[in-house]
Amino acid sequence: MNRTRRHALFFASAVLLFALLAWAMHDLPPFGHYRGPYGDVINSTTVYERHITDAITAVNFDFRGFDTLGEEGILFMSVIGVTTLLRRQKKEKKKDDPDESDELEKHRAPEPSDAVKVITLGLVGPLVVYGLYIVTHGQITPGGGFQGGVILATAPLLVYLAGDLKTFKRITTHSMVEIAEAAGIFGFVAIGCLGLSIGAQFLANVLPLGETASFFSGGTVPLLNIATGLAVAGGFISAIYAFLEQTIEMRMEGEKD
Amino acid sequence: MSIFPYLLAAYLFLIGLYGVISSRSFVHIAMCLAVVQSSTYVLLLAIGYRVGGVAPLFSDIPVGTPAVDPVVQALMLTDIVVEATVVALLLALAVQVQKAAGTVDPDKLLDLQG
Repeated sequence: MNRTRRHALFFASAVLLFALLAWAMHDLPPFGHYRGPYGDVINSTTVYERHITDAITAVNFDFRGFDTLGEEGILFMSVIGVTTLLRRQKKEKKKDDPDESDELEKHRAPEPSDAVKVITLGLVGPLVVYGLYIVTHGQITPGGGFQGGVILATAPLLVYLAGDLKTFKRITTHSMVEIAEAAGIFGFVAIGCLGLSIGAQFLANVLPLGETASFFSGGTVPLLNIATGLAVAGGFISAIYAFLEQTIEMRMEGEKD
Repeated sequence: MSIFPYLLAAYLFLIGLYGVISSRSFVHIAMCLAVVQSSTYVLLLAIGYRVGGVAPLFSDIPVGTPAVDPVVQALMLTDIVVEATVVALLLALAVQVQKAAGTVDPDKLLDLQG
């Protein structure tokens, strides 16, 4: 199908689809007049029943904890997918093979300037602390394992910006990242099994709830957040690693940069 | 104007879809798909919104203050994770297509190769 006909077909269908969507949306509750009972029930009971002040974290890691396990599974599978897609192909060779070191020297990107180095390296420490803070305070303020995990995963990326791929590889050794990711997933499952072990449901919040709005509040929720943070940080670093390795180090035979 | 945010979601969906069908680059397609997905953020948040409602965080405000729906916000977090994974997979495919075929323009990839 050529472009003109494809566009014509799209515009005809888009007008129809927009009309249908507008018709369907016309009967939604008017914007700003929320009706559903669930949000109100959760907002009014979470603090008393779970000692968690961030209702969104309570939904994700307590009421809907099993879904979040599935979500982590999605992330895990897609990281496997990315690393599989970006693995070394049959016709590819790695540039850092010993006999190619001269070529590597030739294609190396220019050294980052001192300003870039100072700023990025200076940011690494605060970023790690900030990521850990976000991971561990999800039960009190906005944040949690997913958000904090992504922040933690950007720290090695800053090191890459300031240095080169070798430094990045040295601080994110494959085994360490993989152990973090696996420990995150299995930690989540193990915390879920705590509930089973005392006769409650899987992922039931069975630990002491602690004092509301304190660091150790919310029972299993902070532990689940730490597990998720490990899995997300490990997963994202693995994916970044695969992208950098594939785009910087591997070349098809005979391919020029 | 009570359905305006919903129409915005429909508009984002369609404009992203237009980007996908008219695209000349797989990287661009991945970004357009992210636009399509952002329409679901607008829709979810619009459904959970309440006039005068605050964020459902009760560390500083008393329980019982009218707040927006936390369930749709939690769903949105799932949505973002899914989007990140989809974009990562599509970009990985784009990298490999560029290596194998020397182009990321879907119109130039007329023949499938093993």
